[in-house]
Amino acid sequence: MTKDECKQVVLDIIADIAPDEDLSNVKPEVRLRDQLQLDSMDFLDIVMELRKRHSIEVPEADYQHLASLDSCAEYLTPKFIALAAKG
Amino acid sequence: MKPARIVITGVGLTAPNGNSLTEFRQNLLHGIAGIERMEIRYMGTQLAGVCHYDPLKYQKKKELRVGTRAGSISIYCAREALADSGVNFETLPKDRVGIYIGCTEHGNVETENEIYNISKFNYDTKFWSHYHNPRTVANNPAGETSLNLGITGPAYTIGAACAAGNMGLIHAAQMLRLGEVDFALCGGISESIHTFGIFAGFKSQNALAQHEDPHKASRPFDKARNGIVISEGGCLYTLERLDDAQARGAKIYAEIAGYHVNSDASDYVLPNPTRQAECIRAAITRAGLNPRDIHIVNTHATATPLGDIQECEAIRAVFGEGCPDTYINNTKGYIGHCMGAAGALELAGNLPSFNDLTVHPSINVDDLDPACALPGLVLNQPRTVAKVDTILNNSFGMLGINSALIVKRFAA
Repeated sequence: MTKDECKQVVLDIIADIAPDEDLSNVKPEVRLRDQLQLDSMDFLDIVMELRKRHSIEVPEADYQHLASLDSCAEYLTPKFIALAAKG
Repeated sequence: MKPARIVITGVGLTAPNGNSLTEFRQNLLHGIAGIERMEIRYMGTQLAGVCHYDPLKYQKKKELRVGTRAGSISIYCAREALADSGVNFETLPKDRVGIYIGCTEHGNVETENEIYNISKFNYDTKFWSHYHNPRTVANNPAGETSLNLGITGPAYTIGAACAAGNMGLIHAAQMLRLGEVDFALCGGISESIHTFGIFAGFKSQNALAQHEDPHKASRPFDKARNGIVISEGGCLYTLERLDDAQARGAKIYAEIAGYHVNSDASDYVLPNPTRQAECIRAAITRAGLNPRDIHIVNTHATATPLGDIQECEAIRAVFGEGCPDTYINNTKGYIGHCMGAAGALELAGNLPSFNDLTVHPSINVDDLDPACALPGLVLNQPRTVAKVDTILNNSFGMLGINSALIVKRFAA
């Protein structure tokens, strides 16, 4: 998985949990909360959907890495790659 | 000091056969029911009363995703009632508005959904939703309404089984009289068709209606009735003290004349006609009326073989043969049993009788059960009558809670 693909995974999840938001111009380097109406429960949704859809676990101490699309990609892409390697 | 007079100034509703009072009333007068087949988890196709209001009229998609069906129904009804009331909501002090919503139960839908959800993950509870608690707290429908409207006064639900719709109105009237609030949104709602448990429970009780024609399945007072059709729905009213309503030139649907609530203390599910009669009598006394002064009695009868007879026994005990101007009807033949919304919806369906002097009929009575042959029963066709100044609305619930609410034509 590439970092761009990883960003798309996160965007797909956000599209479901924030269906009123326009996601066409999300800036990858800007905090998601600064450009979208997302609250702490929504971030728990992102964590839950990563768990449900992709078997990715994000420990509470690592929630900070979900701040922006860029930081998501930095943090999650290795996890996706490791998971794929496990088969 | 005499208690403040309380009046109904707005109605918002969604029923299986209408999403406004006008549409609902038209269908009640034209014999149009709203029962359909619905797939119920684990149980297959069942008959149910489903509401078809537009949830996006007053909520964003995200609110619908996070919230509950009960919350959505409440918000729709509250917004419709406010619009109908003509109140200037912007200038209404939000901390002086109360929200009192009756419901039969709450939380079953969400709990069942979550258990189903984790069943897909080998029952690992780490997949249990973090929304479960805010969705299932008993005050959820009222709380979601307060969030949607920015109302900061008291907002809570009243659990009173199928008497809850009346209880919402009664409690609001009490709070207005106590001066706790100046404006109330109140009534009852139900999302029960989204839980398989209520269907399975009634089925195990042999109390779930069956019929090849869904619209004929709910048939209170008919000899061939065979149980309840479970429905969702909601009806919220705006209630105000008369002085406040008059000061803003509000239209007034009716005045709260009297009410009573009591308990059977006799059985978990079986009604008690003696206590029901006591409840009805006490409401009539509180209203300063006699039984012959009641012009419409809207019955609770749910189309169970025994329950209908027992309510008829209670009504016969109160009204006997000496009330020639008393007409009796039932609304569940059209909409099934809307549980916590039943009392509030069924009252609303009769309110226009003050203006059109027409009593909507009980439908689906092809063969009247002699045990339910009350004097004044209006069957299958609407009846125009000489006078409608009072309406008595019965709502009874499991664990033996009884409520009777009387509204009267407003006269200054």
